[in-house]
Amino acid sequence: MSIFVDKTNKVLVQGATGHQGVFHIGEMLDFGTKVVAGVTPGKEGQEVNGVPIFNNVQNGVDATGANTSLVLVPARFAKDAVFEALDAGIKTIIVITENIPFHDAMEFVHYAKYKDAVLIGPNCPGIASPGKTKIGILPGSILSEGNVGVASRSGTLTYEIVNSLKEKGIGQSTCVGLGGDPIIGTTFIDALAAFEKDKETKAIVLVGEIGGTAEEDAAEFIKKYVNKPVFAFIAGRTAPSGKRMGHAGAIIARGKGTAESKIKAFEKANVELAKFPTDIADLIEKNL
Amino acid sequence: MKLFEYRGKELFDKYDIAVPKGNIVTGEKDFTALKFPIILKAQVPIGGRGKAGGIKKAKDINEAKDNLSQIMGMDIRGFKVGKVLAEETADIKKELYLSISLDRTKKMPLIMASVEGGMEIESVPDNKIFKEWINPLIGIQAFNIRNIVSKLKFGKEETTEISKVLRKIYKLFREYDCELVEINPLIITKDGNIMAIDSKIIINDDAMYRHTDIQPELVELTALEKDAKDKGISFVQLGGNIGVIANGAGLTMATLDALNHFKGEGGVFLDLGGTDDPEKVKQAFELMKKAKPKVIFLNLFGGITKCDTVATGVKSVISKEGIDCPVVTRIKGMREEEAKEILKDAGLITATTLQDAAQRSSDLAGGKKL
Repeated sequence: MSIFVDKTNKVLVQGATGHQGVFHIGEMLDFGTKVVAGVTPGKEGQEVNGVPIFNNVQNGVDATGANTSLVLVPARFAKDAVFEALDAGIKTIIVITENIPFHDAMEFVHYAKYKDAVLIGPNCPGIASPGKTKIGILPGSILSEGNVGVASRSGTLTYEIVNSLKEKGIGQSTCVGLGGDPIIGTTFIDALAAFEKDKETKAIVLVGEIGGTAEEDAAEFIKKYVNKPVFAFIAGRTAPSGKRMGHAGAIIARGKGTAESKIKAFEKANVELAKFPTDIADLIEKNL
Repeated sequence: MKLFEYRGKELFDKYDIAVPKGNIVTGEKDFTALKFPIILKAQVPIGGRGKAGGIKKAKDINEAKDNLSQIMGMDIRGFKVGKVLAEETADIKKELYLSISLDRTKKMPLIMASVEGGMEIESVPDNKIFKEWINPLIGIQAFNIRNIVSKLKFGKEETTEISKVLRKIYKLFREYDCELVEINPLIITKDGNIMAIDSKIIINDDAMYRHTDIQPELVELTALEKDAKDKGISFVQLGGNIGVIANGAGLTMATLDALNHFKGEGGVFLDLGGTDDPEKVKQAFELMKKAKPKVIFLNLFGGITKCDTVATGVKSVISKEGIDCPVVTRIKGMREEEAKEILKDAGLITATTLQDAAQRSSDLAGGKKL
């Protein structure tokens, strides 16, 4: 098993004919992902790596039975793209796009909930269940099949950690990038609940960073509902207050969202914390 | 982006929320339209300016001129005062706190109200702050407003006025993509009028493109940070002397943390993000040079951003202009070998692990020789 995505996902790519779209459709196909359709208004009839392009999401869904959308469109068109996918009946949406105004994200996250759809992102690298599917831009070469579930607010840091796991022969059930924005669809709690239920997952890795209270909320959830071992890394111990550290969501605002508070919360929930990102692999090796 | 108080009040005025009569003052002529006594307020993008002496009353023009010359140019927690707002004073009967912010956990706009107006909200006990969350898909409804105002326990006419302000600030919050709209205090005057005495508005940086009427002030950024912003590079200046270049916000932060572990201190946070353009890397590296760090630490994990792309950009700067500080590199991931080949003769220090690279950078920055 795995969480959120597996072999049943038939992927439609919104923003398929751009530079990134073409490249990542190829990468996903190489990984074994069922990419069935692409959408770019005005380009119906074209193909990208053999994948047919449609003018709108509904046409793509009708022709191919796509049930999942990967959103790669520029920030100012993202809200429209997600609404369109939801209205076409898509039930799993992964939003890679960065710099989406959070008021837009707030609207489409609530609409996805109303439509009973899973929304991952925005500002995330996507999700992969190695051996089954990869929907997003995670580099396929670092992923491997196994029993560790990874959920992260940061892209490259996840790659670093997953790669160090691979070097020790530790694979992943699912690796999900939740996104670095203040408003995201799927949170640590959603991922924890799913990993706890998933039979294939034996241990869980959380990669957090400064800003907001997602880690503190996760710690409370772990205390109550999670029996599997949880390992974590928090980035930004030395980040100053009031500065946006790259990610829109990575900001200590009015004293809230410090790494210290998150580390404390995780310690209280018996989560094993790594000092350096690559230490996660050592911790898991020792404890499993 | 934080708006200055007077800019926020211009927006309040646009949304028909009353503010005291006032204007920006630079000299004697600017006071002629105002009725004394007045209040002079330093325009800075942080709180606590009253305690720092940035707010002063004046009963006549002479006192106003004196106070203006004292406030102008004053340093308030690192911000030099360049603008001063003068306003007529109001007779306060009651004051309250009102704000709308983003609740990241509930993913909704959060209205907060308190009768403890005029105090910093962080120092108000939780049981004295009333909260109401608004579903962004349906917007503010009458029941939301009833839930809030019923707890404030004001008279009927006052309650009606506060309700109107709530609707107006919600509209402002949504239409201007705000992270925060705060009125503290919102007052009711002795003659029963409602008025916003202060304004604190933050607009989401990612939405600035659709608010072309808002002049970005960028007072919180250094000259290099402004330059970086124009070039679309994520760049933050910090207190230390090691310049960190990495790809991805999380990895860049983790690199700064690793330096701290070895007693090094980051001077620049530079996140290359996901790029496949050596030209952008070149611009980033040039910016880093301008920040004059004692050591540059390049930490790459290649994925979407390929290691050789970054290496090409870095190499082109070094071979053209040279480099006058040590550069420690740690390169891993997609096209790692190609990158190492490109940088082979550039005179850089190479390390294999993050820990090793962080230690070497820290030692070099502290003056040790390798």
